[in-house]
Amino acid sequence: MIDLSKKDSDISHYKDIWVFIEQTDGKPAAVSFELLTKARELASQRGCGVVAAAVGKSVSHLAADVFKYGAEKFYIIENEIFANYRTEPYRDAICELVIKYKPEVFLVGATTQGRDLSGTVATALRTGLTADTTGQEIDPKTGYLWMTRPTFGGNLMATIYCPKHRPQMSTVRPGVFKAVPVDDPKEGEIISEKINFTEDQIVKKILKKVISGEGAVNLGFYDVIVSGGKGMGSKENFGMIKELADLLGGTWAGSRMAVQLGYIPQSRQVGQTGQTVHPKLYIACGISGAIQHLVGMQTSDTIIAINTDREAPVFDVSNYCIVEDAVKFLPKLIEKLKNMQKFGG
Amino acid sequence: MHILVFVKQVPDASQVRVNYETGTLIREGVPAILNPFEEHAVEEAVRLKNEYGGKVTIITMGPPQASEALKQCLSRGADKAYLLSDRIFAGSDTLATSYALYEGARKIVELEGDVDLFFAGKQAIDGDTAQTGPGIATRFNLPLITYLIKIDELNLEEKYVIATRLTEFGQETIKAPIPVFFTVEESLNILSHSPLPYLIKAEKAEIELLSGKNVPLDKEQCGLKHSPTMVKKAFTPEKRQRGATLSGTFDDVVSQTADKIAPFLKKVS
Ligand SMILES: Cc1cc2nc3c(=O)[nH]c(=O)nc-3n(C[C@H](O)[C@H](O)[C@H](O)COP(=O)(O)OP(=O)(O)OC[C@H]3O[C@@H](n4cnc5c(N)ncnc54)[C@H](O)[C@@H]3O)c2cc1C
Ligand SMILES: Nc1ncnc2c1ncn2[C@@H]1O[C@H](COP(=O)(O)O)[C@@H](O)[C@H]1O
Repeated sequence: MIDLSKKDSDISHYKDIWVFIEQTDGKPAAVSFELLTKARELASQRGCGVVAAAVGKSVSHLAADVFKYGAEKFYIIENEIFANYRTEPYRDAICELVIKYKPEVFLVGATTQGRDLSGTVATALRTGLTADTTGQEIDPKTGYLWMTRPTFGGNLMATIYCPKHRPQMSTVRPGVFKAVPVDDPKEGEIISEKINFTEDQIVKKILKKVISGEGAVNLGFYDVIVSGGKGMGSKENFGMIKELADLLGGTWAGSRMAVQLGYIPQSRQVGQTGQTVHPKLYIACGISGAIQHLVGMQTSDTIIAINTDREAPVFDVSNYCIVEDAVKFLPKLIEKLKNMQKFGG
Repeated sequence: MHILVFVKQVPDASQVRVNYETGTLIREGVPAILNPFEEHAVEEAVRLKNEYGGKVTIITMGPPQASEALKQCLSRGADKAYLLSDRIFAGSDTLATSYALYEGARKIVELEGDVDLFFAGKQAIDGDTAQTGPGIATRFNLPLITYLIKIDELNLEEKYVIATRLTEFGQETIKAPIPVFFTVEESLNILSHSPLPYLIKAEKAEIELLSGKNVPLDKEQCGLKHSPTMVKKAFTPEKRQRGATLSGTFDDVVSQTADKIAPFLKKVS
């Protein structure tokens, strides 16, 4: 654990906007570059710099991309012990950097890793954290960061700020901002820091990692989700849902009815008692749109619903409403899409 | 073995409606429920108790009405429940909440003995922050396992646990020493029905009260005034409108739909 007494309590000493560069096995998370792009805009308003920070077994290869998306500096901590993400050593590494270099703002992607990390970092640093935000703005008067986030299942938005504690931390949902490279990327500065702890000081050991197939899956990770409900009629018919999801590079999910009827495992349920998702495209097939389902998906960018009932409530939140029998419609749609994929239209 | 579960009473988010005229939430008549994730945390705790022996203690921070949520946990088989309630906590953000619960939990350790397993829900359905659990774990300096979906092995002699959690890409299995802190997913288990003896016991059970009177608190870390984050404004998001109904012959509708979806098609080489 970090020594809090070393943390500077004078908030005027904190400068620059930092972005945590998340990686898994050396592969960066797309949200990190989205945040760098947003950080550039915030930094120009604030008149400060954009800084990236990464922890891992090896992360220096990320520098080119980090500079391409606008970071001026890249702090890295590389060590064998960071090969896999683990809460405690990552927290201690990030806290060391923050205490030493005093960022004014610290942005993290609201991914599984980012949420796990930011909660513990903010507590260790005794600062505020605004989770799962969808908007970031600098108050022109005070220079404070205004962070906007949905609450109550997306029914209410709240704008939060953190006036007296630094850094101002927030996690930001993937896909909210667009990653745009800078026109003339400059070679930034890489600053490599050492951390002096060793594997035997870390109590958690990772025994096994499984990349998901059919089983438990983090639906939040996908840009496209094809979802089915009771109206799909059978477990076999979910084959169409899966096929469509696959064509779109997305994943499949369903309603609680679909779970209760044994069509899909609970781990793929969307809604109040399942997962909350906000993909770019959500396709709801044979789902009525009960409120418990809607709270889990109504912040999706685009919603397409297929339902035989013209009055189904799911249509009230859908951008495109298709009043058809999904079991007949999906095979045709898949066929058409396959043709487009093959012949480019 | 001693298990401590952190539970929150929340308004049933699915029944909260928005008044688009005033831009506020309509909370009247909205029932308060036990946060769904904690039902699974309590279920798991009781299951482990029944298998390995020991006891399950529950804590919540909230207004007096929150004892309803505690009763529900007792009826699921928890042994004792503590309500941490004091006006000084009003308006706490997550940092101040994790502080209050940390002090409350320390008091419980003093009264009930050391805790081996700590459980919290993945997130509360009203705020959706998912920070309180990690916050408490950090204050106790405990190993944290978030998004728990399975306890694979519990070894009380050698004091370790092997557990599986969700990650961005799938799952990972972790070995950690006891005591350890979990935040749980719903897929951790399937809820059982409360047996009658639990229900009877819950009816009779006394809720233990904790407050500034019996818990030593640093007032500088409590409540709205000492919460680092503040709400600047709250507003209702734009209401989603019903979009276009695609019409025409069946084949027309298929084509129109395909055109909308085409930008998402996976590229084939
Ligand atoms: C505390 C609580 C928590 C809950 N949590 C969740 C949750 O997390 N997620 C969730 O999804 N639900 C949840 N529910 C359940 C929810 O209230 C609904 O019962 C459920 O979402 C309905 O699932 P469905 O839309 O698949 O089924 P139904 O409501 O039965 O709807 C089926 C729909 O399919 C249509 N249909 C039928 N045949 C076809 C066809 N051939 N082609 C196209 N359309 C067709 C019908 O018109 C109908 O609209 C919860 C309920 C409670 C009480
Ligand atoms: N007031 C509270 N009392 C007890 N536990 C809480 C409280 N607030 C949050 N928690 C626990 O922390 C988890 C995450 O809450 P949140 O950070 O609000 O999303 C919940 O699922 C509970 O287990």
